[in-house]
Amino acid sequence: MATVMMKGVLLASLVATFGMGVVAQAEEVGDYVLPSSKAASLENCVEPTEYMRRNHFELIRHQRDQTVYGGIRGSDHGISGCVSCHVGYDDKGAPVEIDGKGQFCQSCHEYAAVELNCFDCHATVPTGEAWNHEVAAAHAHLPGAAKTGPTSAER
Amino acid sequence: MNHETESMNQGRRDFLGAAAGVSAAAVAPGMFLHTPVANAAARTEPVTDMHRWGLLVDTSKCADGCTACVDACDTENGLNLQSKPLGDDKLKWQNQRSTWIRKVKLQDNLTGNVTNLPLMCQHCEHPPCVDVCPTGASFKRADGIVMVDRHTCIGCRYCMMACPYKARSFIHEQVDQKLTRAPRGKGCVESCTFCVHRLDSGDISTACADACSAEGHQALVFGDLKDPTGPLRQALAKAPSRQIRQDLGLNTGVRYTGL
Repeated sequence: MATVMMKGVLLASLVATFGMGVVAQAEEVGDYVLPSSKAASLENCVEPTEYMRRNHFELIRHQRDQTVYGGIRGSDHGISGCVSCHVGYDDKGAPVEIDGKGQFCQSCHEYAAVELNCFDCHATVPTGEAWNHEVAAAHAHLPGAAKTGPTSAER
Repeated sequence: MNHETESMNQGRRDFLGAAAGVSAAAVAPGMFLHTPVANAAARTEPVTDMHRWGLLVDTSKCADGCTACVDACDTENGLNLQSKPLGDDKLKWQNQRSTWIRKVKLQDNLTGNVTNLPLMCQHCEHPPCVDVCPTGASFKRADGIVMVDRHTCIGCRYCMMACPYKARSFIHEQVDQKLTRAPRGKGCVESCTFCVHRLDSGDISTACADACSAEGHQALVFGDLKDPTGPLRQALAKAPSRQIRQDLGLNTGVRYTGL
């Protein structure tokens, strides 16, 4: 009986600590969208917010295989889209790493106690995504508009 | 090995003959054959084997001491963002840092003739790296590009052992800075992807070939091996070319002239 009571007290104290921790981090549980991010100005994410909260990883994982094996990039459900829309900016307008303390991905993953390892490999700020179709369109070696000049073998 | 080798010069007649036997659902396959990607837009359909990407290196135009292709590759694919681990020997780092293109200098000891060439993933039709991969991470995309799915790679480095071209690199340390187009993480193997992010955006070019042209050497021609009217096939038709280690029968996507 005594041990049961001990356990109860321990549990209660744990809950209290955890609860306080949450209050210290975010005013409203579940709202981790940063005011400085592009996402803050939008009505909802690429899918309804509730769906995204529960299933964003499924979307990212599905898109990941589409991209790696099928070469389909620039879809709404890719991780680069998450980063470019949800990344926060500091006072000088520089993007802050999205897996940093208090940033969008990190703060919610910390709350949910789920390890976040996308960013071991993936870019944490939108850099070097410049090779999108706009850049490609402006690029010299357009498909269809193949070089009319002599190729290397002809010279 | 008992692979049925896909001829590089696969003609329209052969293709139609093969397709007729496969499925009646293939609607007029000839119509789509060799059609260049018309607009430079991100693709929405998965890649197919209508294209096979390849590269022709003219070694007689590859200049001694020039590293334009290597540098362009480094910048394009974020390889220049790697940093030497603290306390590591400089020479060791030179050997261990990931490089997708190596400049190789060959000398004929009898004649003293020197040949320079860039050596990268040869994008084989029958890639040994794919054969040996225990997890299926090393794979060949439908359009012939040999890549690593880093989500599946466990970093065993069998592929590095199997590659006759020493084309693969291993990432030993966490990389702080990454480019969106080139993710990179500790414990995975990587190699040249023919600038796949460009191709997927509808732009048929690679950073190395662009840099070589900009430098005025024109030693690299990138293009579609299945497009007989394209720049690559036209260049290939004009001069005798070789595969490195042709004896292995890998049918590489990268060919060399002047070797």
